[in-house]
Amino acid sequence: MTEEIIIAGFGGQGVLSMGKILAYSGIMQDQEVSWMPSYGPEMRGGTANVTVILSDDRISSPILTEYDSAIILNQQSMDKFEPMVKPGGLLLYDPNGITRHPERKDIKICKIEASKEAANMGLRKIFNMIVLGGYLKVKPLVEMENVIKGLKKSLPERYHHMIPDNEKAITRGLEIVEEVHAA
Amino acid sequence: MEDTLVKSEIIKPENRVYKKTDLMTEKVLSYCPGCGHGTAHRIIMEVIEEMGLTEDTIGIAPVGCSVLAYEFMNVDMQQAAHGRAPALATAVKRLMPHKTVFTYQGDGDLAAIGTAETIHAANRGERITIIFINNGIYGMTGGQMAPTTLPGMKSSTSPYGRDLDMMGHPLKITELVAQLPGTHYVTRQAVHTPSNVRKTKKAIRKAFELQHQNVGMTFIEIVSNCNSGWKMTPVQANKWMVDNMFPFYPLGDIKVDGKMVEG
Amino acid sequence: MEKELRLMKGNEAFAEAAIRAGTDGYFGYPITPQSEVMEYLMAEKPHERTGMVVLQAESEVASINMLYGGAGCGKKVMTSSSSPGISLMQEGISYMAGAELPCVILNVVRGGPGLGTIQPSQSDYSQSTKGGGHGDYRLITLAPSSVQEMYDSVKLGYELAFKYRNPVLVLSDGAIGQMMEKVEIDAQVERLSEEQIREQHPWATLGRHNGRERNIITSLDLDPARQERHNEALQRKYKEVEEKEVRYEKINCDDADYIFVAYGTSARICQKSMQLAREKGIKVGLFRPITLFPFPKKELHEMAGQVKGILSVEMSAGQMIEDILLAVEGKVKVEHYGRMGGIIPAPGEVVDALEQKIVKG
Repeated sequence: MTEEIIIAGFGGQGVLSMGKILAYSGIMQDQEVSWMPSYGPEMRGGTANVTVILSDDRISSPILTEYDSAIILNQQSMDKFEPMVKPGGLLLYDPNGITRHPERKDIKICKIEASKEAANMGLRKIFNMIVLGGYLKVKPLVEMENVIKGLKKSLPERYHHMIPDNEKAITRGLEIVEEVHAA
Repeated sequence: MEDTLVKSEIIKPENRVYKKTDLMTEKVLSYCPGCGHGTAHRIIMEVIEEMGLTEDTIGIAPVGCSVLAYEFMNVDMQQAAHGRAPALATAVKRLMPHKTVFTYQGDGDLAAIGTAETIHAANRGERITIIFINNGIYGMTGGQMAPTTLPGMKSSTSPYGRDLDMMGHPLKITELVAQLPGTHYVTRQAVHTPSNVRKTKKAIRKAFELQHQNVGMTFIEIVSNCNSGWKMTPVQANKWMVDNMFPFYPLGDIKVDGKMVEG
Repeated sequence: MEKELRLMKGNEAFAEAAIRAGTDGYFGYPITPQSEVMEYLMAEKPHERTGMVVLQAESEVASINMLYGGAGCGKKVMTSSSSPGISLMQEGISYMAGAELPCVILNVVRGGPGLGTIQPSQSDYSQSTKGGGHGDYRLITLAPSSVQEMYDSVKLGYELAFKYRNPVLVLSDGAIGQMMEKVEIDAQVERLSEEQIREQHPWATLGRHNGRERNIITSLDLDPARQERHNEALQRKYKEVEEKEVRYEKINCDDADYIFVAYGTSARICQKSMQLAREKGIKVGLFRPITLFPFPKKELHEMAGQVKGILSVEMSAGQMIEDILLAVEGKVKVEHYGRMGGIIPAPGEVVDALEQKIVKG
């Protein structure tokens, strides 16, 4: 199994940390992982994206131009990455702020109202965990217990009191993700 | 005949008034006759021997006339790139704080190419001793203008005298270093008379003692001559030094116990 | 003990490995994209963990000369920087090579020339493998292509540096420095005591214990005859390194009609390109030098007789290709494909280049 994922949105949406938790979860179940951010001045305030690869085998290129899954959290990223999803692949997006919804017919498209839900829950900071929960519902790449282990590993100890909220957010994500179009 | 002493009767331990320290090697000094380097080398080595520091001293030689200082100083030595001696000494001392570490540098090395290393090592308060020989000229390369060359002073690259407008001012780096909170003891001495040699030796001893009190950098400038570069006899050079160098670079303590000396 | 696995950036892995390898001193100066090395070290308080010294110097010039001072005392010392900073260090590196001092230097390469860019590049190959500063000398150059190899390069680097009394350069790039992967962390190596250093490195300037002769660390010898003998000894050492320390990896080379030669990040890209090309029916393998000096000349020479063409892939205008051409001695066609200025080639464009420059060309 190899899953090549792009996660893209605005800086501050927790794109990089979502990728990190996903990668750590992979390590917890003995997979090879890589996490490759776009970095540099563009990171500050602008768009942020990270390529995460989980695989049972040695990982080749950490930098890709086609993806099995794209997790899209703003319009710029939609424009850039929708065409780069492999045929038969998955595009998961939060419709908040999206003016042009995905149009491809050869891929599976799911949406998750994570931004709205985070506001409802009064937990804006765990927006990204709602998205992660939704993604893992559609693509159960890692066991939930390994996600929690991954969370613990990737969060500094001073934030460990937030783990229950994160778990709650992941669970909520599992519940609210919707399929828009089957591949 | 019986009243005459033969050589073997004169050279006896009880008659000895001076012995070269074992911490100077047998190698003949490569310095010009009349140069201050030899005396400066000797008194540093004497202090190390007298203080019993031979086994735990590391010296850093510069680039310049004293590039071969390690040939004469019989302690463990490293030879640094031009101006970088304080960086080497920083690492040696930080990695082995119980050692005595000194650099021996000339004016071009310390006050031109190595200014950044000098200022920053001083500012960090590295627990090292810098011994700075200032003769106002680049000796080894053949008498070019140094950062410390006096106004109007001739050198091979200021053949009509140092023109301050064109070439800038001589740098009183010792006064500059004394301003930094990282330095604890800063003094300017000379080695052209026995009494000055004694004072300088005392300053070196004090600096080495302070190294182990964890108080900051100790910095000793020795104003010296360069009779070859200045194109004078040794006697003339020393006189010229007293008349011209000392008024611009006055001798005496500049900072003691971490405080600037008044006056 | 269960092995400890962590998800780490290449730069962080290098820093953790530094502590674990029993490093005595790290001296550095901030520059993107490698500042995480010193940041990680400072946060980890290695002075409490192992007694390791970490110092932010006033410049790269000072950093490398601090390495000279520390290495002269037989200590395990290292620095890290990125291309412009490594250029500044060349004087000191040349002095260390001349004085035969061991150390580990990490270059997380960014695009140049000049201030260039902060994005990844491989345009410092020639500087790294041919000397870099003045004089006839070589650095042992390691090219990690994963975060695990970044971690491992520290221990291997010290091993080689002390074995040959020579600086070791770890030639990484911004992609490997910034990327996170799984790293297996090994046990803490104790720092050597002064007595152990005296025993293992009798040349070190630790003070004249027990009345021994003084030790001198210098690159200077004004006598040309002696200086020539010193140079001849250095050249013999580099030759020995070339005979004994070549490291490389071959993937899918047995049945290959063509091969990519690539190191570091480019080698990772090429692994993907290889898969894509094989899906199209082009049998291509990957030859990955792990040591760039010594370059795996013999091994490439042998392979040259078995394939129809070689594509050298490097994020540069084509520097490594000169070593490949020397190795294959005209036995087979060799072309270069690369991107510059901080652009990483996509796996697909490497396949296109292979088809156009080698397969059809």
